[in-house]
Amino acid sequence: MNIVVCVKHVPDAQSERTFQESDNTVDREAVDGLLSELDEYAVEEALKIVEAQGEGEVTVVTVGPAAAADAIKKALQMGADKGVHVQDDAIAGSDAAATSLVLAEAVKKASDGSPELVLTGMSSTDGVMGVVPAMMAERLGLPQVTYASELTLADGGVTIRRDGDTASETIEASLPALVSVTDQINEPRYPSFKGIMAAKKKPVETWSLEDLGVDASQVGLDAAWTKVVSFAKRPPREQGEIVTDEGDGGARLAEFLSAQKFL
Amino acid sequence: MAEVLVLTDHAGGRLRKATAELLTLARRLGEPSAVHIGPGADTAQKTLAKYGAHKVYSVDAEDAASFLVAPQAEILAQLVEKVSPAAVLVPSNASGKEIAARLAVKTGSGMITDAVDVRAGDDGVETTQSVFAGSYTVTATVTTGTPIICVKPNSAAIEAAPEAGAVEAFDATVSDDAKAAKVTDSQPKKATGRPELTEAAIVVSGGRGTGGDFSPVEEFADSLGAAVGASRAAVDAGWYPHSNQVGQTGKQVSPQLYVAAGISGAIQHRAGMQTSKTIVAVNKDEEAPIFELVDFGVVGDLFSVLPQATGEVKKRKG
Repeated sequence: MNIVVCVKHVPDAQSERTFQESDNTVDREAVDGLLSELDEYAVEEALKIVEAQGEGEVTVVTVGPAAAADAIKKALQMGADKGVHVQDDAIAGSDAAATSLVLAEAVKKASDGSPELVLTGMSSTDGVMGVVPAMMAERLGLPQVTYASELTLADGGVTIRRDGDTASETIEASLPALVSVTDQINEPRYPSFKGIMAAKKKPVETWSLEDLGVDASQVGLDAAWTKVVSFAKRPPREQGEIVTDEGDGGARLAEFLSAQKFL
Repeated sequence: MAEVLVLTDHAGGRLRKATAELLTLARRLGEPSAVHIGPGADTAQKTLAKYGAHKVYSVDAEDAASFLVAPQAEILAQLVEKVSPAAVLVPSNASGKEIAARLAVKTGSGMITDAVDVRAGDDGVETTQSVFAGSYTVTATVTTGTPIICVKPNSAAIEAAPEAGAVEAFDATVSDDAKAAKVTDSQPKKATGRPELTEAAIVVSGGRGTGGDFSPVEEFADSLGAAVGASRAAVDAGWYPHSNQVGQTGKQVSPQLYVAAGISGAIQHRAGMQTSKTIVAVNKDEEAPIFELVDFGVVGDLFSVLPQATGEVKKRKG
């Protein structure tokens, strides 16, 4: 089976992320970027499916500036077969809706119009909206099967398990489908030395908006349907009282809660 | 005054608290109309009217719940077309965000997730969100289409404002495409009797420091009437279910009181709890980064501190 995995290059969550004063968008220069951790699970799941079936290809698609090539590289090192990098200056500042439009067109082109299975992570680790998979399913007209913590393919269909708040659900859809996976589904592999060497020879195509037939006026900051008016760094929390337990730690904790009217 | 559509959050007709919060906020933008998809509109009507619903659109789609979010997005799109609302408010949970996402694409409208405040601004509906693990506050507006706003639980104090809330049947059509993904089995989780994590006023969470024994955490939570959360380390170790995970890849909570027991306070965890009003931590390691955030901290063993605190809380509560 041929699988398309959509991934995102994000600012490292371990570093001090911030915004650009000029246009209130995420500052992607200030900190190092990397493949969004939650997308590694989608790449891993795709690799496992192709390995189990003994045939098929995993294509990794990303939308982003030049540095986003690193996200593709990491996926290729893990074992994906080829990469597609949609890169166009007009895309900068796009919101989720525009991003889903570009991704949907890229998925179609990468699979000659008919993807068999599209995999994504459950959300990015920067925007954390978790809406692009649903938007892509809407645009591609594919069944939307999201938040999979287990995935099985059989008889032209996909079955997942979703761990909800009140129930564990089994969800079924026919293929082709779009599936988003959670961080519970597998343990992503680390690239091996062999994988790292092999990745250097794997094909990566760079596409522009024109290649996808997307009009530049539909994307970018000016076309966004939402706008960040302002941003403010949250004042650091002031550290309160720290006590060391000398046999009365629990009582002092209760005392604090009582003084704060929680009891 | 324009209508504001509020999607009710319910399980089999039983309303969740978030619905009353959404109605309270919707009143700032126009006249709230509740949209109730599935069974139980007549039972829910009383509560919806109490919190300001002028109308209740009842959509009799008994099987909507078995097809995930696509049918609900179609139904809402048809209502948006019919009433041209000033805004659509939905709960900012996994399903609510996906419904909003599809509705946004269908109607060519801007959407905002995880809003903690919604108000009428000079340039239309204005929202506030916490981003980057709670380290920034962002103000945003929707510039195109009908503002679709996903509002986080606990974002507004519920205020009653009784209105008629007349139930009006809305005849929507759901396409076969929207029924492409079907829930074929649902195993309810064992009821704990505790409040839901994202709605709870108090959350007590356990981490690596529990060593897998959550009983002191649960007992302390129960003495406070709190929900129980867990760090990613505890969930990855298989000690507690993923649906209780607080953090970047779990739930983002913002309770009045958050108690972190045996949790070091990695960025992954902070992202899920940093906006809590009051934060308390118990940890053996005085260097644990969680102590940078706390209003009150105890350096000590949670296995002795929590049981003592539990006893003391019970005594004080009588």
